[in-house]
Amino acid sequence: VHGPRELHQNPLRKIWMPRTSNGLPQRPITQRRVCMTNCPTLIVTVGLPARGKTYISKKLTRYLNWIGVPTKVFNVGQYRRECVKIYKSFEFFRPDNEEGLKIRRQCATTALNDVREYLSVEGGQVAVFDATNTTRERRATIMKFAEQNGFKVFFVESVCEDPDVIAENIVQVKLDSPDYIHTDTEEAVEDFMKRIKCYESSYQPLDENLDKELSYIKVIDVGRRYLVNRVLDHIQSRIVYYLMNIHITPRSIYLSRHGESDLNIKGRIGGDSGLSDRGREYAMKLRKYIQEQNIKELKVWTSQMKRTIQTAESLGVPYEQWKALNEIDAGMCEEMMYEEIQKNFPVEFALRDQDKYRYRYPKGESYEDLVQRLEPVIMELERQENVLVICHQAVMRCLLAYFLDKTADELPYLQCPLHTVLKLTPVAYGCKVESIYLGVDSVNTHRNRPENVMAQRSTEDALQTVPAHF
Amino acid sequence: MEPVQLEPRRRRRCDSPASVPQFCNSPTMLVMVGLPARGKTYISKKLTRYLNWIGVPTKVFNVGQYRRQAVTTYKNFEFFKPDNEEAMKIRKACASAALKDVATYFSKEQGQVAVFDATNTTRERRAIILSFANERGYKVFFVESICEDPEIIAENIKQVKFGSPDYADRDCEEAMVDFIQRIDCYRASYMPIDDEKDRNLSYIKIFDVGSRYLVNRVQDHIQSRIVYYLMNIHVTPRSIYLSRHGESELNLLGRIGGDSGLSPRGQKYANALATFITNQNINDLKVWTSHMKRTIQTAETLAVPYEQWKALNEIDAGVCEEMTYEEIQEHFPEEFALRDQDKYRYRYPKGESYEDLVQRLEPVIMELERQENVLVVCHQAVMRCLLAYFLDKPAGELPYLRCPLHTVLKLTPVAYGCKVESFYLNVEAVNTHRDRPGNVDVSRNPQEALQTVPDHV
Repeated sequence: VHGPRELHQNPLRKIWMPRTSNGLPQRPITQRRVCMTNCPTLIVTVGLPARGKTYISKKLTRYLNWIGVPTKVFNVGQYRRECVKIYKSFEFFRPDNEEGLKIRRQCATTALNDVREYLSVEGGQVAVFDATNTTRERRATIMKFAEQNGFKVFFVESVCEDPDVIAENIVQVKLDSPDYIHTDTEEAVEDFMKRIKCYESSYQPLDENLDKELSYIKVIDVGRRYLVNRVLDHIQSRIVYYLMNIHITPRSIYLSRHGESDLNIKGRIGGDSGLSDRGREYAMKLRKYIQEQNIKELKVWTSQMKRTIQTAESLGVPYEQWKALNEIDAGMCEEMMYEEIQKNFPVEFALRDQDKYRYRYPKGESYEDLVQRLEPVIMELERQENVLVICHQAVMRCLLAYFLDKTADELPYLQCPLHTVLKLTPVAYGCKVESIYLGVDSVNTHRNRPENVMAQRSTEDALQTVPAHF
Repeated sequence: MEPVQLEPRRRRRCDSPASVPQFCNSPTMLVMVGLPARGKTYISKKLTRYLNWIGVPTKVFNVGQYRRQAVTTYKNFEFFKPDNEEAMKIRKACASAALKDVATYFSKEQGQVAVFDATNTTRERRAIILSFANERGYKVFFVESICEDPEIIAENIKQVKFGSPDYADRDCEEAMVDFIQRIDCYRASYMPIDDEKDRNLSYIKIFDVGSRYLVNRVQDHIQSRIVYYLMNIHVTPRSIYLSRHGESELNLLGRIGGDSGLSPRGQKYANALATFITNQNINDLKVWTSHMKRTIQTAETLAVPYEQWKALNEIDAGVCEEMTYEEIQEHFPEEFALRDQDKYRYRYPKGESYEDLVQRLEPVIMELERQENVLVVCHQAVMRCLLAYFLDKPAGELPYLRCPLHTVLKLTPVAYGCKVESFYLNVEAVNTHRDRPGNVDVSRNPQEALQTVPDHV
């Protein structure tokens, strides 16, 4: 047994890594990442048209990317639209349309090639192959492809026969599809129903017996029932858990920061101060706004920090405190002004500007840590219906990034000003955002990335974008 | 008429001082369903252990135990014959007694989840339970275990039935024969949960020890967590090794927290650990550490790949980080006393509590359940939390569990619990265990406060 390798702490992420024999820090063995499998995973959707496959594909992809698993959707319909510029009618999808079948098969193959590129070359971890994949033959082709390339396969089948759900589905996402852009609503619906029929006769759902060796989840009637078979690893387990928690009941999520705090006014970060006068005014305005919104069965969540709880108290309704919603821990920089951080830790200050997402405060947290911490909050938000979350700037940025599918680079710079409520309403494949400023003045706490992020920069360069404070 | 679930009444206002909302709506009954030797009691006990650990007061009500109290001596399988009217009466009475205790647990003992562990193989029995629950506003979630693999069933019988009080005076072969006939008694009247008739019920069906699951109508957060947990556990034999980092520089100085490196003795332990692990000859061992230098240095010596988990970091002592207990007493005597009053719930100023730690460690536990052979190199408070989960220790005991330096704990699941083996690797280290002192009052003097502080440099 030999001596241990010397450890060196990465200055940006504060992660201890061994130095290799040539003195250079080695790539970390493994940080705890969600997807610990060496094999990439291919998620394959299965189901008739208008069963929510694309909805699930996009939502799952958004979630996986947010928790740090590089994921991408490959929607075969899009490949088809690129190939066949103008969609005429459902006849393209008739099972006896040989020309159509040839093109569709070609599109699937092209999509699979792109999947291979993404997973084997571009560093992707999960690829979502979004198509009907309703025949055993097509699925066998995909599995063979996966086996050849060393990908794990997980099927997600959506089964639904509720005509109301299907009709609503068509209204929400099909009428606005490029396929129907020049067709009036009645015609479009009629055509789409015939399109569905084209698939029905050849549809072979995943079979409990014939497919018992496969890994899959069958989602039945928009989540009333699930059949889960042979979950192989951690990422599949997380995917199943996520799919079992999402729903499509209409609702809105309201995100707000606490009212302006005493430390905010002084330009200091972190801490656990109370509301300023203006902050209290905001809380009252928030109460009025919420009452006017007339929200059915609204849940209110806060962090365990005084300023969010004081804000919630003004609402006069029950609320729940989550420690997980606490503001990012700035460690040694807690309660400092940016000017003080620059003075006392100029190198740290520069490192943060270099990679604000991954930068961890000394003895504190990074945005990346925050996302990990907030995952249970997101999971519960998915389960719930109408919720008002009263939180903090960095936390709100993380939550917003999840709902609006923002990248890790954009996340730490999202605008989440004080005294503004963001109302998020799921619509079609994404989220509608309404921003409501409640008319109470406050300081600005948003610091943009300055131009010069080098450690040797001047104080002036470093403090260029610090917002004004008292 | 199929049983229908009424909308549960809201019972308590959610007012949680804990680190996570308690989701305290209606109490929930988990009702097991399945033939004997299908793992119902295994699941019941494991699930109960998990729920209690994450802070949801849960209790098992095993009808077999009620039966053993009513009929003090078990003769043979004939007791379970469907035509044994006398026995039927007794069994029905036992089920009722158990239900009555469930009601008491919920209404008087602040229970949140009751696991009703019995075969519950007939629709009639399940209807009685549903009706009982509906009347009182309890939610019901069924957990059915279906398995026809004769090897699994035989192994099951060996593991847990031979040791049962029912078979204490019998040899294995007799016991096996009798138990198989016992199972047959239930078979004829077994009506599994029906996907059509029972489509309005909330349940999970587990097939063949987890190769397949059917989940129907999950109603709320706790049911969702239960499903997730059940889908992650397995019965493959394996061992989990828990160890702290080697002795650190700050340990020597009697200082808590911080991010120091190993002392020379700590490095010696790391070497001893490497030898120990090699000699254990473990198949496919995963090694996990925290993000702190001392655990990583320890793992580095093993010369195998390891994963760093921030979630395994030691408890954050906030303003008390890197202090000695003497210094904490000097600067924060009131805090120090409060901690001794309730060490589990006490949160360091700008730091964490053990209760917070458990929340933080839950994903680690979940992944430990998924994995097979794992060595976790962590810290004192963290190890106490993990150990409490595996050994089913309550919150009152958890912060005082003994997790000395330079000692590996090997945990091996066996029957309904966990076997623990402790290996001291013969490298000396300071003692870091501080017992609860006699006087925990804020008014106590420094001497009383520091009575149980272990020696240090």
